[in-house]
Amino acid sequence: MQNKNSSLRDEIIRISGTNPRKCMLCGKCSATCPAFDGMDYAPHQFVNMIENGNIEPLLNSKSIYQCLSCFACLERCPRTVEPAKLIEAVRLSVIRKQGANHLKPDNIPALLDEDLPQQAIVSAMRKYNK
Amino acid sequence: MQRIGVFVCWCGSNIAGTVDVKAVAEALKNEPGVVFSTDYQYMCSQAGQDIIKNAIKEHNLSGIVVCSCSPRMHEQTFRKTAQAAGLNPYMVEISNIREQCSWVHKDMEKGTEKAIILGKAAIAKVNLNAPLTPGESPVTKRALVIGGGIAGIQTALDIADAGFPVDIVETKPTIGGKMAQLDKTFPTLDCAACILTPKMVDAGQSDKIRIFSYSEVSQVKGFVGNFDVTIKKKARYVKEDLCTGCGLCTEKCPQKKVPNEFNLGMDNRRAIYIPFAQAVPKVATIDADYCTMLKSGKCGVCSKVCTAGAIDYTQKDEYIEEKYGAIVVATGYNPISMDKFDEYAYNQSKDVITSLEFERLTNAAGPTAGKLLRPSDNKHPHTIVFVQCVGSRCANCAEKGKEYCSKICCMYTAKHAMLTRDKYPDTDVYVFYIDVRTPGKSFDEFYRRAVEEYGVHYIKGMVGKIAPEGDVLKVQASDLINNKQIHIDADLVVLAAAIEPDKSARPLATMLTASMDTNDFFTEAHPKLRPVESPTAGVFLSGACQGPKDIPETVAQAGAAASKVIGLLAKDKLMGNPCVAHSNELMCNGCSSCERVCPYGAITYSDKEFRMPDRTVAIRRVASVNEAVCQGCGACTVACPSGAMDLKGFANNQIVAEVDAICK
Repeated sequence: MQNKNSSLRDEIIRISGTNPRKCMLCGKCSATCPAFDGMDYAPHQFVNMIENGNIEPLLNSKSIYQCLSCFACLERCPRTVEPAKLIEAVRLSVIRKQGANHLKPDNIPALLDEDLPQQAIVSAMRKYNK
Repeated sequence: MQRIGVFVCWCGSNIAGTVDVKAVAEALKNEPGVVFSTDYQYMCSQAGQDIIKNAIKEHNLSGIVVCSCSPRMHEQTFRKTAQAAGLNPYMVEISNIREQCSWVHKDMEKGTEKAIILGKAAIAKVNLNAPLTPGESPVTKRALVIGGGIAGIQTALDIADAGFPVDIVETKPTIGGKMAQLDKTFPTLDCAACILTPKMVDAGQSDKIRIFSYSEVSQVKGFVGNFDVTIKKKARYVKEDLCTGCGLCTEKCPQKKVPNEFNLGMDNRRAIYIPFAQAVPKVATIDADYCTMLKSGKCGVCSKVCTAGAIDYTQKDEYIEEKYGAIVVATGYNPISMDKFDEYAYNQSKDVITSLEFERLTNAAGPTAGKLLRPSDNKHPHTIVFVQCVGSRCANCAEKGKEYCSKICCMYTAKHAMLTRDKYPDTDVYVFYIDVRTPGKSFDEFYRRAVEEYGVHYIKGMVGKIAPEGDVLKVQASDLINNKQIHIDADLVVLAAAIEPDKSARPLATMLTASMDTNDFFTEAHPKLRPVESPTAGVFLSGACQGPKDIPETVAQAGAAASKVIGLLAKDKLMGNPCVAHSNELMCNGCSSCERVCPYGAITYSDKEFRMPDRTVAIRRVASVNEAVCQGCGACTVACPSGAMDLKGFANNQIVAEVDAICK
């Protein structure tokens, strides 16, 4: 399993800057997560699945968009594995894909909303238009 | 010129695998002074030692070089061999061609070359060696035990049992330590006080044991067999010899609002107090921080009610000086502070408590007289959550917590959970664990009983946060087996706080020149083979000051430390180390540099008369070394600007000769 996805695994670990091998399987990340109910994969599963190269399901998971980046798991992790950084790394490896244009200029008018700051649209274009 | 023999050891394949031992023996044959050179499979074996002995006699050797393992391993062995053959043991040099050569090299050619160079260096040194004779020093036949918990008490009892006098120094007003605060002890559930207090009484009544309670060690000088220790007896404002421990003063004292540290601040005591009923010595102590008489001069109730006339408001700290042959450290542990663990709301809710507080809440002599009532409203809790590993097993770079496993928490939590279910079957008890670690006799059986017979809910996962809401504690946690996040409304939460060495340990280690690890646990001389000795001679370790330990282990280690102390005190004289510093008085310029750097206080200066040219006499101030105190560290030889200080056995010219031999 580890060989199959080892380059993606290494890339995600590199982006995150953390070491999932330090995890002692205490589950404090998932215990602390305020977005747990909306997640299909819990924070502690990210750590284990990334370490084992089982990353495909995570790339397609709801969890990477449910994570609030509140950093509660990062703050409370006793082993400094910091799952929030791993989840962010998976999210980045999805949205940074070359050629995958998630937001087209034509779609923007439909998304406009009085309460939505213009800054958000601009940064969304920057983030997704690669 | 010396007549030197060289003995190259194969150490099986340990050395011979990477070093061509025959080539080494051959190459060293031609070194100056060498008259004999050979190799053998195991030099340390009886046959190997016989080769050395025979060679010394046959070739009339005056010095030998053994090319083998580290001197820490077999220097003593070969010194004894040489001595048996009539050679001075300090004419033996070890050339380490194993740890520092064969083990770290892979290339036979390079390894051999290096082994030859190391051998040459040792030969160069032996050429300058002189026979040395160790001095003797007497042994003071009295031991000091620092700390009066179960570790210190057991060590003291065992030493006293062998007939040697022992002093216990305890900072608290009574001995007993943490064990006196516990309710029951795992895995047999005997009451802690019932098994501890008889030992406290034995210690108190023994004619060999003196207890300095409410006292601290303030200075340690000297060396193994001859420690000079200053003990500070803090003023307790009560004459120990007069106080009968009747306790009347502790009932009449009007200052009732002093947090009771014995009950971890969960109730109050008076300003004059006896920590608990079975205290040894059973003597009252006045807490100067709270006593109105000492603070403002108005009150004096205790002295009025004391029929023994024991109260003395003018008492001062007293310093006692005593000599000891051996010192045992038994300073114990404390639970870590929960201040950094905000997620567990320890500082927000009275109903989040530590396990030691839980012990007091269930103890018949505790603040609730043994009824399990939660601190906030004194109601009986129906849902109790235990959280394991709070602050234990954290990454070394984590901002809070300790890297090690605190070892005792799994078992005492199982005990707490089991006892709660036994006494109060109407409670729901949850234990959140990462791993349950039960390596000990009857330990796992005990834990399984908690689960199987008492229905304690063990949940694999950690608690993420605790939020006080109304009169419940909202506990949010992981259930990793079911891959769920679970929410429990708890009435009481008990945190298994990590344990750490007592804060007094670090300054004490400095006084004793005993080494510590990064966690402030005392380091043992060898982790497996010398577990109760500190690397500092004459200092021994007992109990949790050396690492987390439960009571059975502590008692075993306490006995082991005692046996080491007895072994030392049974000797009439100790052989010193002859490799000590000495000063060449003709070269000494009296600058005092050496005196200032000496960590053992072994150097003194005095004025001496010297004969000068033309029959004149000059008085010069020169250094002299107390050879019994000098440990041979060599700091003075480096500090001396005129080269007057030198170390026997490691003289400057010997070391330079070694370096020259290597660089040639």
